[in-house]
Amino acid sequence: MSKENNILVKLNEVGIKQNDKWLVKGVSIVVEKGKIVTLIGPNGSGKSTTAKIALGIYKKIEGQVEKYTNNVGYVPQKISIDWTLPLRVNDFMLLTENLKDEAVNEALSLTGVIHLKNKNLGNLSGGEFQRVLLARAISRKPDLLVLDEPVQGVDFTGEIALYELIKKISDTLNCGILLISHDLHTVMSATDHVVCLNGHVCCSGSPSDVARNNEYKALFGEQASQTLSIYEHKHDHVHSNDGEVKKN
Amino acid sequence: MFDDFFIRALVAGIGVAFVTGPLGCFIIWRRLSYFGDTLAHSALLGVTMAYSFELNIALSVFIISSLIALILIQLQKKTNLPGDALLGLLAHSSLAVGLVVIGFLTFIRFDIMGLLFGDILAVTVDDILIIWIGGALILLVLKLIWKPLFASTVNYELAEAEGLNPDRAKAIFTVLMAAIIAISIKMVGLLLITGMLIIPAAMSRNISDSPQKMVLFSIIGGLLSVIIGLFSSLEFNTPSGPSIIAASLVLFILSLLKIKQTVQLKN
Repeated sequence: MSKENNILVKLNEVGIKQNDKWLVKGVSIVVEKGKIVTLIGPNGSGKSTTAKIALGIYKKIEGQVEKYTNNVGYVPQKISIDWTLPLRVNDFMLLTENLKDEAVNEALSLTGVIHLKNKNLGNLSGGEFQRVLLARAISRKPDLLVLDEPVQGVDFTGEIALYELIKKISDTLNCGILLISHDLHTVMSATDHVVCLNGHVCCSGSPSDVARNNEYKALFGEQASQTLSIYEHKHDHVHSNDGEVKKN
Repeated sequence: MFDDFFIRALVAGIGVAFVTGPLGCFIIWRRLSYFGDTLAHSALLGVTMAYSFELNIALSVFIISSLIALILIQLQKKTNLPGDALLGLLAHSSLAVGLVVIGFLTFIRFDIMGLLFGDILAVTVDDILIIWIGGALILLVLKLIWKPLFASTVNYELAEAEGLNPDRAKAIFTVLMAAIIAISIKMVGLLLITGMLIIPAAMSRNISDSPQKMVLFSIIGGLLSVIIGLFSSLEFNTPSGPSIIAASLVLFILSLLKIKQTVQLKN
């Protein structure tokens, strides 16, 4: 980590070309410790590409990436597991790090899928698999979490719970999070900084700043601007995974 | 009834099975069966080089196979041909060139059948040393690169993002494949090596629910194939390499029965 500030990763005017076409260009983003930076933008606007540049997956890029940590957790947007490989949830949790069993259990419990620990990965539903992906990413207690659509396919109440979990993780681990989502409602309550992408950075700032920005309105429409500005909700109970009601 | 040559064959075959087990699993997981075949075909060229320049056969095969792997990677970057076409091109052209070179080496008598299908009963003590020392080295290196190789087999981007350097693991694994072909060519022959690599692993896939188990059962399957194959080759006077592969096929068919049973149990 850089000493004088809390910067974990810094993209400086990065861009990447494929077949003479820019996928993204001139993107600058900073992710700091304990902060959540959210990338939003329409399909094909280069959100996942930007995340992969930040992670160092793409190497032939313009601009500079300064990364100050190697302890990274990643939830990719698409992951296809080849079913020729017999893989249980527990094997998958240990994929990139030799974790202690307690750490595995803790992470799986946090995302509510501890009961799936010895199931075959191929037999999980889309939402269950997504929870396992998130558990794997947080299990190594990373400094930097990169979450690309982390709650896709998760049911609505689960979605809210997972976003609350992500916020909690950022607080307790004091890690930086680069989050990609097009779920405008839920994201914004927790986000510190929003970057609106469309091949380049359209606008960026705090959620309410971005919501008022004209470029953002042009991209997402007036209605999105209204939903974005205020999102608050209260629970008097939560649901455990089998649907049972637990009072707070 | 146990002659010296038979004991040597058994010791060599067991050594090979320990290494083909885990490597075979990765070959199946990473869909490299045809790639392994291509390297094996090019081994004939390696053998002719060994005779031409009086080199050690295993060393020469290893060098030629690694070279073919390098050429393949270059061709993939420079042409628009699909991967399987390039593999076919290299496999058959290197086999053909190897056979043409043999045509020129009229002063040496080649046991072509032995090269193609293996001649495990002619294994010498030196061969056994190469198999066991080379095999131990291969397993050691595989253990060292296991984490990045396995992680990138599951998902390349996860491995890369979380700092495991999958490209290096992949390159090293290619070298390991060339090495196993080099040390086992004398035993099963270049047309059957891929079978020795993938059939026990395929059998193991049918009865395993975790990667570790699949590797373990793959080794056991390879060992059983070697032992059953060699004994029946002695008993029925059949060629040893094909007998080993046929034994592994029988094990594979038995593993299919196991699947059927568990499916019935579930219903």
